[in-house]
This record gives sequence, C-alpha cells and structure tokens, in this order.
Amino acid sequence: MANLALRRLTKSYGTTEVLHGISLDVADGEFVVLVGPSGCGKSTTLRMIAGLEETTSGIIEIGGREVNNLEPKERDIAMVFQNYAIYPHMSVKKNIAFGLRSSKMPKADKEKRILEVASILDMVPLLDRKPNALSGGQRQRVAIGRAMVRDPAVFLFDEPLSNLDAQLRTQMRLEIKKLHQRVGNTIIFVTHDQVEAMTMADRIVIMKDGYIQQVGTPAEVFHKPANTFVARFIGAPSMNLLDGIWDGETITLAGDQKVRVPALQTAAGSKVLLGARADDLKAGNPNTVLSGKVMLREPLGSETLIYVDTASGEIIAKADGRTPPQVGDAVTLGADPENIHVFDAKTGEALT
Amino acid sequence: MSDITPTADALLMAKPAPRSRNMGQIIRWLLLFIGGIAMVMPIAYMISTSLKWPHEVYNVNLIPVEPTIENYTYVLEDGRFYWWFVNSIIIATITTICNLLFDSLVGYTLCKFRFPGRTIVFIAILSTLMIPTEMLVIPWYLMSQSFGWLDSYWGIMFPGLMTAFGTFLMKQFFESVPDDFIEAARIDGLNELQIWWTVAMPLVKPALAALAIFVFLGNWTAFLWPLIVTNSVDMYTIPVGLSGFGDEADVAWELIMTGAAISTIPTLIVFLIFQRFIIRGVVMAGLKG
Repeated sequence: MANLALRRLTKSYGTTEVLHGISLDVADGEFVVLVGPSGCGKSTTLRMIAGLEETTSGIIEIGGREVNNLEPKERDIAMVFQNYAIYPHMSVKKNIAFGLRSSKMPKADKEKRILEVASILDMVPLLDRKPNALSGGQRQRVAIGRAMVRDPAVFLFDEPLSNLDAQLRTQMRLEIKKLHQRVGNTIIFVTHDQVEAMTMADRIVIMKDGYIQQVGTPAEVFHKPANTFVARFIGAPSMNLLDGIWDGETITLAGDQKVRVPALQTAAGSKVLLGARADDLKAGNPNTVLSGKVMLREPLGSETLIYVDTASGEIIAKADGRTPPQVGDAVTLGADPENIHVFDAKTGEALT
Repeated sequence: MSDITPTADALLMAKPAPRSRNMGQIIRWLLLFIGGIAMVMPIAYMISTSLKWPHEVYNVNLIPVEPTIENYTYVLEDGRFYWWFVNSIIIATITTICNLLFDSLVGYTLCKFRFPGRTIVFIAILSTLMIPTEMLVIPWYLMSQSFGWLDSYWGIMFPGLMTAFGTFLMKQFFESVPDDFIEAARIDGLNELQIWWTVAMPLVKPALAALAIFVFLGNWTAFLWPLIVTNSVDMYTIPVGLSGFGDEADVAWELIMTGAAISTIPTLIVFLIFQRFIIRGVVMAGLKG
C-alpha cells in the first residue's frame, strides 16, 4: 500500500496538449475515482501512472518515490483493463499466476497466494478453466485476481465494468468495493459512469478537457458542485440550471419569479445560473422557485419524474410515485434556500 | 374457403422455386467436380505411373496393365534418394523454423513498436516481393561463392531463412493481438522478448501454422536455387535429384513419379500436424464477453 501524488502533470501529443498540469494527492488505502466524459484525459492520466504513456512534464510519485523514469513493472502497480486482457491460451490459474512470473517468491508460496486470491474472488472451482469457458463477470474477476496476486502498492482500474451488462455491473461494483474494504490497497478507478463514481469512491476526481474540475467526496461533489459542469455531470437526472439576475437579496428568474437564496459573493445585477436538483424541487415548498405545466411523466416506481414547462424553460422535478400530478396539471415547485445552487453565468463557477 | 393473398413480406421470404434451386446446385456441384478432377488427376497419374513398367509409361490409362512396386524398391534401395530425402528434410525443417522465428519477430516489431522509419522498413521489406527469384539468383550465387557457401546446406538455405511474405503475414496477424495483452504483460514484469514469446506467439498460432505449411512446402519443392547452388549429387534435394533420373537418351518417368510419390509423404505429415492449429477465434476468447 502507498500514497500517490501527481504534480503539475501534462501530456502532449505533438503540439496538442491533452492534459494541462493536473495535481492530485491520493492517500494510502484511498479509493479514488477519475470520472469524466470521453476525451477528458482520465484514461491518459491512469496510463501515465501505470507507465504505459510517457509524461510530457510533471511528477508522479508512488509511495513517496518519483516513478516518472521507471518501467511499469518497477512501479509496484497492477492494472485491470477495460477488455480484461486475460490470456485466452492460459487457464484461470495460469492467468492469475502470470502476475507472479517475475516474482522471486518460492513456488509453494506462489501456489498458496494463487489459492488465496482465487478463494477471495470465489474462483477456486474455475481454476482449470480457459477464459472462453467463463462468463463476462468471471473473466473480470480473473483480471482482478491477476492484479491482486502481486499485492501491489496501487491498483489501477481502467473502466473495468463498461463491458458488463447492467445487472452484472451492479454486482461487480459491490464486489470491488468489498474487495477494497478487505484488502485496503490504494485504488485509482477510471470510469465515465457517474453512478459508479458515486457508489464506489472515497473521493471523486471530475475531469473535463484535460483539467480537473473538482475533487471531493461523493457527497461534496453532489451537494456542493464547484461549477456548472460538475453540477450537470453528477446526479441523475442532471441539475436544472435556470438563467437569472442577482439583485443583492434574491434571484429574479424569467417571468419575474423571485427566489430567495443565501448571500452570494457577486455584485448585484450580475447574471447568474440558478441550479436545483430534481430531488430538491418539491410542490408546496414555501420558497417558490417556479411554476408551470406538467408536459411529461416518467414513472420510476417509488417516484415519478415530471417534466415541467416553465417560463425559464423545461425543468425536471421528482414527484411521489403513487399520486403524481397528471400531464397538463399546473404545479408550483419550491426548494429550500440551502439546496439551491448559484453559479456565475459567465464562468460557470459556483457562487454559493 | 378464405381468399388468401400473399403479403409483400411473405413474397420476399418465399423460397425460390425448386427448379431454379436445383439448377444452381447442379452448377455448383459441376464446378466443384471439375475443380476436384483438375486437382486430383495429376496426383492420380503420379501414383499410377509409379506403379507402371517403363514400357507402359506413355500409355495414358490410369490403371496400370501390369502393376508393379519394382520402382519403389529401386528408388528406396538407391542410396542417392535417401540422401536427397534427408537433405530436403533438413533444409525444409530448418528453413521453416527460422522463418517462424524471424518473420514473427520482425512482424511483431513492425506491428507493435513505434520507431522512426518503421513504415519505410516495412515498405522496403514488402518491395522485395516484387523482385522475381530469377533475378535474385545471380547475386545469391555471387554471395555464396564469395563466402564459400556453394554446395552446402547453408548455401541452399540462406536466401529463404526469412521471407517478406512471412513478415507481412505475421505483421498482419499481430495486428489482431490487442495492445492491452501486451501492456498487461509489461505491467506484470515481462520483458519485450518474453512478451513476444509468451503472450503474442500463442495468440497467432493459426498464422504460424499457415506460414509453416507455406514455407515447408515451398522449400520441399524448391528446384531452381538448389539446382544452381549444389554441385555434388549428395547435396541434391529431392526435386533436383529426381530430375536427374534416367539417362541421356530417355527420362525415367516411372522413377521420377515414384520419387515424387514418396516425397509427398512428409508434406502430408506437415499439413496434418499444423492444420489442426488453424482455428479461428483463438485471440478473441480472452476479450470482452
């Protein structure tokens, strides 16, 4: 186990810089998820940590040791790939043992270690099978086993669940989280799925266009998004963002609707974006945000998503699953001031 | 009785009329039959001629009038044929092994490594495919002469120890080996040579098998270069040696055909050994399910 530090890390392909000096500290044993849309640089960052991509500038430290010039095998890391990368010509046992090939561990100890890992992953009965006789989830576990067997300082996961179906993805998510609780190694996990990020991470690093947008616990990035990108990216459905003007005490939305919010660090008369999550917008809340007509309903069982046409545009709110408003009903929605987010309309940065 | 009108879908899905289907089937079978005859007849005549007496050789009948195994006895008891057979085995085997190693090493390097001049090297290798063997024979001979390789195994083998075709074939097959496999092995601590041997090579077994068959057959049947580079009868390969059966007045076709029939046995064995490796889909089995 070890901590990990990235210092002003950049990556360029020719003259194009794709990673613009990112810095990050990951504590020993922490589960950190890098999340962002395609092309944000999360996988590049992971591959640079692994030593599979050269660093253009900046420093990578693992366990307090600079590893920029070390080969992947010398960095004490293990990586699980999106496509699993388990060798089809080797049995499960040989695949797991592959991680120990270059280890000087005595053969008996290697056998013991392989069995230990296989039993943690519930793979002992499958040790003699070839990968083509395994299901997707079992293949994924073999890939994790090959990484685990070396007991590396840092585990790197590159979108390992994206090839699994929804049910298996949920199951593997839990298994990886349990595994982390059990072995306690530092984990860097890359995904584009914000649900995976929210459910698994100790801390989430949200990236966009080669920049880190925000680093924080799942609760922090959900409840205190640093900017409109994070506000939209984290949470489903996305946060509603409404144009408004700050008059020093309230925000005036389209249709002259005034909304009470906590004090903002911006000049009166500034253009702002008011953000409210569907969960926080409730009918009957005294702090009215807006009103409109229900255009569409999406029943989800315990709750119903309602799409409401308002003077500020279409917004999404959640209603009770049993007695939701009907399509065409007029609704008035409000939110507690502490659940309302305000962003600078120009920069997108949070003002609350 | 209901009035049934076929819908457009039903019409589209309707099977073709049995008559036209049968005609198509007959034409396909006929073409296959002609192709099969064209393939099998030379082999049948080779075996038939090897079982004929000299006076019957020019008789076109497929079944010998007086079948004999005298030719086989003669060829197998002739000490020269034994040596030609051994020479051919040694040359074809070593050349095949060398091709499997060198072609796959170069193909792997050109496929999986990024280095300056990579494309130029690849194009240069490919361009050698356009030069006919007849043109290369003179420089090869001059090289062999100056290095003292004439009339030796090394002299016969050196031009074919690595081939542009094999390099190209292997490079194309290595393209199907996912980079993730190689990177995973790199992280697991293997060096590049170990990755090539342990990870990449087993994944391209079908290509290796195909290459082994091509190279072995090519060298087994090679005639021009072995004829030029060898002087002594003991260094001949089977095709060169067989061409010398007979005397100035006549060619002993029955002996040539007997030798040719015997010489097909190793090629059949090579094919039977390697064809079981030609199974598609081996590479993809380790990827996403």
